[in-house]
Amino acid sequence: MRITVTVDGTRYTDDVEPRMLLVQYLREQLGKVGTVVGCDTSNCGACTVHVDGHSVKSCSMLAVQADGSEVTTVEGLSRDGRMHPVQEAFHDNHALQCGFCTPGMIMQSMDLLAEDADPDEQTVREGLEGNLCRCTGYQNIVRAVQDAAHRMRPGAGPDAERVADETAMSEQTRAEVRQS
Amino acid sequence: MTATADSHAGGEVGQARLRKEDARLIAGRTRWTDNMSLPGMMHMAILRSPLAHARINRIDTSEARSMSGVEAVVTGADVADDQGSLPCAWPITEDMKSPNAPSLAVDEVNFAGEAVAVVVARSAAEAHDALEAIEIDYEELPVVLDMSSAMTEGSDLVHPDLGTNASATWVFDSAEAGTGGSADEALAGAEVTVHRTFRQQRLIPAFMEPRSILVDPTGEQTTMWSATQVPHILRLMLAMTTGVDEHKIRVIAPDVGGGFGGKLQVTPEEVITFLVARKLGKPVKYTESRSESFTSAHHGRDQIQKLSLAANRDGTVTGLKVELLADMGAYLRLVTPGVPILGAFMFNAIYKIPAYHFSCTNVFTNKVPTDAYRGAGRPEATFAIERMMDELAAELGMDPLEVRERNWIKHDEFPYTTVSTLTYDSGNYEAATARARELFGYDALRAEQAERRRRGDTVQLGIGVSTFTEMCGLAPSRVLGALSYGAGGWEHGAVRMLPTGKVEVITGSSPHGQGHETAWSQIVADRLGVGFDDVEVLHGDTQSSHKGLDTYGSRSLTVGAMAVVQAADKVIAKARKIAAHMLECAEDDVEFSGGRFTVRGTDTSTSIQEIALAVFAAHDLPDGVEPSLDSEATFDPENFSFPHGTHLCATEVDTETGRVRLRSYVAVDDVGNVVNPMIVEGQVQGGLAQGIAQALFEEAVYDETGTLTSGTLADYLVPSAADLPSFTTDRTETPSTTNALGVKGVGEAGTIASTPAVVNSVVDAVRHMGVQDIEMPCTPMRVWRAIHGGAR
Repeated sequence: MRITVTVDGTRYTDDVEPRMLLVQYLREQLGKVGTVVGCDTSNCGACTVHVDGHSVKSCSMLAVQADGSEVTTVEGLSRDGRMHPVQEAFHDNHALQCGFCTPGMIMQSMDLLAEDADPDEQTVREGLEGNLCRCTGYQNIVRAVQDAAHRMRPGAGPDAERVADETAMSEQTRAEVRQS
Repeated sequence: MTATADSHAGGEVGQARLRKEDARLIAGRTRWTDNMSLPGMMHMAILRSPLAHARINRIDTSEARSMSGVEAVVTGADVADDQGSLPCAWPITEDMKSPNAPSLAVDEVNFAGEAVAVVVARSAAEAHDALEAIEIDYEELPVVLDMSSAMTEGSDLVHPDLGTNASATWVFDSAEAGTGGSADEALAGAEVTVHRTFRQQRLIPAFMEPRSILVDPTGEQTTMWSATQVPHILRLMLAMTTGVDEHKIRVIAPDVGGGFGGKLQVTPEEVITFLVARKLGKPVKYTESRSESFTSAHHGRDQIQKLSLAANRDGTVTGLKVELLADMGAYLRLVTPGVPILGAFMFNAIYKIPAYHFSCTNVFTNKVPTDAYRGAGRPEATFAIERMMDELAAELGMDPLEVRERNWIKHDEFPYTTVSTLTYDSGNYEAATARARELFGYDALRAEQAERRRRGDTVQLGIGVSTFTEMCGLAPSRVLGALSYGAGGWEHGAVRMLPTGKVEVITGSSPHGQGHETAWSQIVADRLGVGFDDVEVLHGDTQSSHKGLDTYGSRSLTVGAMAVVQAADKVIAKARKIAAHMLECAEDDVEFSGGRFTVRGTDTSTSIQEIALAVFAAHDLPDGVEPSLDSEATFDPENFSFPHGTHLCATEVDTETGRVRLRSYVAVDDVGNVVNPMIVEGQVQGGLAQGIAQALFEEAVYDETGTLTSGTLADYLVPSAADLPSFTTDRTETPSTTNALGVKGVGEAGTIASTPAVVNSVVDAVRHMGVQDIEMPCTPMRVWRAIHGGAR
């Protein structure tokens, strides 16, 4: 089947097998290997990306279902060497060790912050329930998400709403988010 | 991004330096093995046995071979002459029984998940499609699953040719060894005895990155990329297993997504991919699914521990007897038989136990082989003795901390040689415990507990204690030799000064999340007086890091970084000679500090970077000095290191539902000197999560046919953020005296300490209701049944 998908700002038109998962399309056909696969039951969340502004486990969606969508992966968050505030917060709070869950954690954290710009600890923990990490014990991930929330407060940079809408909105909005 | 979280006077070491590793990882700019593709690369898929024990009568691959895109279908018979037997490096006794361990099953399968055939195809999808077209005629054989019944007379056998399900029995007795008295005599004459049997459930390491292997046979060397903890061991063992010359093999561990012992292995999948790629002459990649990982990568723990403790009425322990059954699974993998033996040295823990007897029988079953999982032998031992100390305290009506203090080695008694022959160089159990008590609010929580009991609250409060130590820094080679291990315990390191003054550090350690690149840079920057960012740490490739014994057993810093320190010191010694020549003075008159060589008492100096350039030019070197500012060193530790700590856990147990809520957790660890406190804290937090997971959540469950029913992440409960609290962590610092850095290792501490702290806490919450033990994992059902008198 023929699909057209915009991924990290670049438009692709491809013929794909109907059974191909979105994550397989991203990794195998587009070379977007920053998004990874950690399980086969949609439990680990390592493959989380944004589709039209909302987090999706890309192993639980067919590539053909993404036809006409805008997809953002962890590779599309920074531009000109500038990290997204959530990425910076993960680094500054030592929220990763092996780093395998990190792309999914970051994408899910952004979605969570779009829902709640100033989440308390329990809200963060529950918001990340679908993303597993085996290295960190989550403590520094929770801290990073709350730190990112502070960094993205009004006045401290773009508000969290913009993060939520980044994939659904125009290229201009996306660029603003990237440069935040 | 800021460079550092805080500053530390006197250099890099001790600073919470943010990690060099992160920039790529948070941007998705990663080199996981499965990310890699090579021109002409084929994809491999593996057909696995659905049966736990069966004879293979016939395999029909004809239909699969004819399918679109299929390059080859390979069965065990096809590689029977090449695959050898997978290595077991630890024959714990001379008469240990070890079955032949083919990578691809030839005529029988011994666990559900064992590899039976592979398809190599143009795409992974085509390879998987073709698997379904392979027909196998299996003849089912009796399945052996339970260790205890496997040891009874007349039991069915996993390997009938061995004549028994027992692989080996390993015994240590302090009376025979001359390190103490007889445990049996102590028990016979004891004022108090405590007897308990604990079950260490089977666990799955569950590293987040599934295993992946890519083999390129097109060069002069066959190159393997593998998601492994042990690239150096893997190269050696590939050579020894397949007969391919060692110098014709290169192994690379690129980015590796966690291991926890689960990637300390030479796997069937690695050997098969290696053989198949060489056979086809084309690059071949194999990446496992999570379900395959759970049913084929090695599991951990799985022991039955029978303990008897003798004590006086004042709480002084007078003897300990330990009898273990350890489940090997179907085959002996790399260090399978040695895992419980590592625990033999840790049952006496931090205590002065005058009589000790240990025996362990290793048992075969038709299950996935067990092997190292975070802590490997030490968590099992620590769990059992820390549970016993709580049981003794309950028996005597004493406070569990008081019983421990009565028995532990006092700070002024170090160095101390234990009943199991180890010499602990240092420790301060008093300081760690005092700090933990304070942070935890121990007395207030005890008061609340008493009040809740008095009121008869439906939610009861429990307080769990774990005062642990562990042997780290694996390992002194002579000790490993005495334990019949097949290799040494040294580590290799090298330091190369480049002409521009930058530094390459090569380490034989092979990190997979630990942060070696950052920590080693801190150490070398201080040692050589160069910038943190001027150091590049190379690892995980047998071509650049030609020698090493890799990462496991909390050995990287204590052994691996010590090799790097020694290499750096050799570089300084070389540079000093050249500096003296350049500065026209005697070598003894040259002082080295902060990267500068200075003529003593003058301001005449030169930098190590200037020397590096002068060495490159080599125009004016002293006679007999090579134009090289590189050095390497191999460090073999004299002794283990012994991190210790006191962990306190408070749980609230709902006596009506059996639900356990972790209320607070305090961990005070003493890991000696600290290179990077941020990394240390991260290791502790992650370790705690894994130990708590054993206590409350995780278990690999087999049904009566030998099918793993917890074979996916939907069934095997790796905790999420919502399942865990924030931990309070702190440290005391008692430097190790067994290495120049004064470090002890931290990778396994949290996991080892936390499991007994949590279970002690849960039992403590409901002990007044007649509960003496709750089997792990302490699920609501088990806790409820323990309270209400059902089966444990």
